[in-house]
Amino acid sequence: MNQLILTLIVLIGTSVNAQTPSGDWILRKVDENITSENKIIVAEMIIQGRRGTRTIKSKSWIHGTDKSFTEYLSPAREKGTKMLKLGDQLWTYSPSSDRIIKISGHMLRQSVMGSDLSYEDMMEDPELHNLYDAKVVAEETFLEHKCWLLELIAKASDITYYSRKIWVDKEHYIALKENRYARSGKLLKITEVTEIMRTQNRWVAKRAVFKNVLKKGNGTEFVLESVDFNTYIPEYIFSKASLRK
Amino acid sequence: MIKFLFKGLIRDRSRSLFPVLVVISGVMLTVLFYNWMNGALSDIIWSNAKFNTGHVKIMSRAYAEDSEQIPNDLAYVGIKSLLENLNKDYPDLSWTPRIRFGGLLDIPDEHGETRNQGPIAGMAVDLFSESSIEHDILNLKSALVMGHLPEKPGEILVSDEFFQRLNIQLGETATLISSTMYGSTATANFTVVGTIRFGLSAMDRGAMLADISDIQIALNMEDASGEILGFFNDFLYRNEKAEEIVTLFNTKYQESEDEFSPVMKTLRDQSGLAELLDMYAYVSGIMLFIFIPAMSIVLWNAGLIGSLRRYGEIGVRLAMGEDKGHIYRSMLAESLMIGLIGSLLGTAIGLAISYYLQVKGINIASMMKNSSMLMSNVMRAQITPTSFVIGFIPGLIATFLGTCISGIGIYKRQTSQLSKELEA
Repeated sequence: MNQLILTLIVLIGTSVNAQTPSGDWILRKVDENITSENKIIVAEMIIQGRRGTRTIKSKSWIHGTDKSFTEYLSPAREKGTKMLKLGDQLWTYSPSSDRIIKISGHMLRQSVMGSDLSYEDMMEDPELHNLYDAKVVAEETFLEHKCWLLELIAKASDITYYSRKIWVDKEHYIALKENRYARSGKLLKITEVTEIMRTQNRWVAKRAVFKNVLKKGNGTEFVLESVDFNTYIPEYIFSKASLRK
Repeated sequence: MIKFLFKGLIRDRSRSLFPVLVVISGVMLTVLFYNWMNGALSDIIWSNAKFNTGHVKIMSRAYAEDSEQIPNDLAYVGIKSLLENLNKDYPDLSWTPRIRFGGLLDIPDEHGETRNQGPIAGMAVDLFSESSIEHDILNLKSALVMGHLPEKPGEILVSDEFFQRLNIQLGETATLISSTMYGSTATANFTVVGTIRFGLSAMDRGAMLADISDIQIALNMEDASGEILGFFNDFLYRNEKAEEIVTLFNTKYQESEDEFSPVMKTLRDQSGLAELLDMYAYVSGIMLFIFIPAMSIVLWNAGLIGSLRRYGEIGVRLAMGEDKGHIYRSMLAESLMIGLIGSLLGTAIGLAISYYLQVKGINIASMMKNSSMLMSNVMRAQITPTSFVIGFIPGLIATFLGTCISGIGIYKRQTSQLSKELEA
């Protein structure tokens, strides 16, 4: 009898584990959902600061995970400002000074256009499975979506955020909430997806609020206007010459 | 009588030279020490006032909470109308808006690529308007090391040290990389037309000075400034008056719940200066409290020794029938003369050295290399009306008291014992 109970417990335990994929597998699925060879994104960044709200519109051309080019379209003061990311290097061009400036050192920690996002955040490899070891620590419901709660620990010491917690939608493999922590365990940034949409057979976040916890204000809302996956992008876009064009 | 005693003092050098020299030294040191402490205190106050706090300063409430971080995103907007009201309501003060900002100054090569780059501590002040008081406050003409002061928009000065370090040439373009009031990255081109040295290590490492209108445009701060500084028209800080003005101003806005409404602070209430000034006053008070009595004891002792040394002389005078009271009074008069002469000469010498140190100062730049305190690299003494009288406390009073006490011995001498004493 005792042996039967023991066998049942082992079987039940095995079946639960069998239903829960590994953290690394989930993370790869999340990464697959958001990355593509090429994509063009038009988005708005709504910055809710202490003085009020500002909306900044941009268009980005992205190739893989290491090349991106962003042009700011509005408001007038920001129009024409461009950013180029090539690998681990970042340049910005401002039409008012007609200068191409390399963003490096402590400047990487500065905010992008006054948002809650830093240049460092922009420079990060979007494929999290390259940076973190993941494990499933719980199953929770977030905004009526059943989620796996993944705990991510940085694989290397030079990663901006030592650990993260992400809530991954079980159905769509999309991270609906994310907390980023320092090595001390201090919460630094929170991202919450408020709306998702399906486009070109992928589920993507249409609206998300990104909040720097150390900064006063109500965070920065990202609104995805359009995204074109695997579309043609000419190579010259990812050159310093195109910053001045 | 006084003439007689004075002649005696002059003719008998053992009664005058040594005591006078001791009094001169003591008084001179007292005067010098007092003026030196005074100079250091004034320097701290003025250095902070002109570069940071003003005699009073107006900021937005939100800015004031984190003012040490220079949060220009929380700057006060609407300075034109505020300045008009301030000039009308507080005519005893001169008002000037300023923007302090941090960032990088980037020097391009011939292809427009970064040749050199360094962090700067920028200050934007009113350089061009006719009513500007900034040239006087910052003493820009004296601070200019090479080149010329900005004459038109787009021209800036940088600290000489920074200029040399980044190998900049006069007339070259420099791009400021900073943040706008709304947090966006700001880049703006300027022409470096001169270099400055304020004599404060904290400022001279990497200062950039520009006209406020240029920086308002560059940092998207139209009609805004981080700070509005107020200076008493005679440039002398009076804490009580400043507190009065601050209370009056802040009362007007105390009902407002807007975190961007203005708030005024006195020099003492900023940058931890109250603690610093209190500590300084406390320490210098203790030092003066110890120094002046110590010097008094030395001079008192000199008075005692002088009187005791004259034990035999007093005995002879008593034996000759001179009245004890007369001898005592004559000794007191002599000590007053020595004290007065010593104090006058000591004060004069102390003031002369202090004046030299007030004009020339002592360069302590090597000690201030890594200092972030707003304190001049050249420490100077400062002469005040008190400097003229402070030396008389140890010089005159202590010498007189020393003689008073030692002279009491005169009354203990027994005429009947005098012969024996003199034989001995």
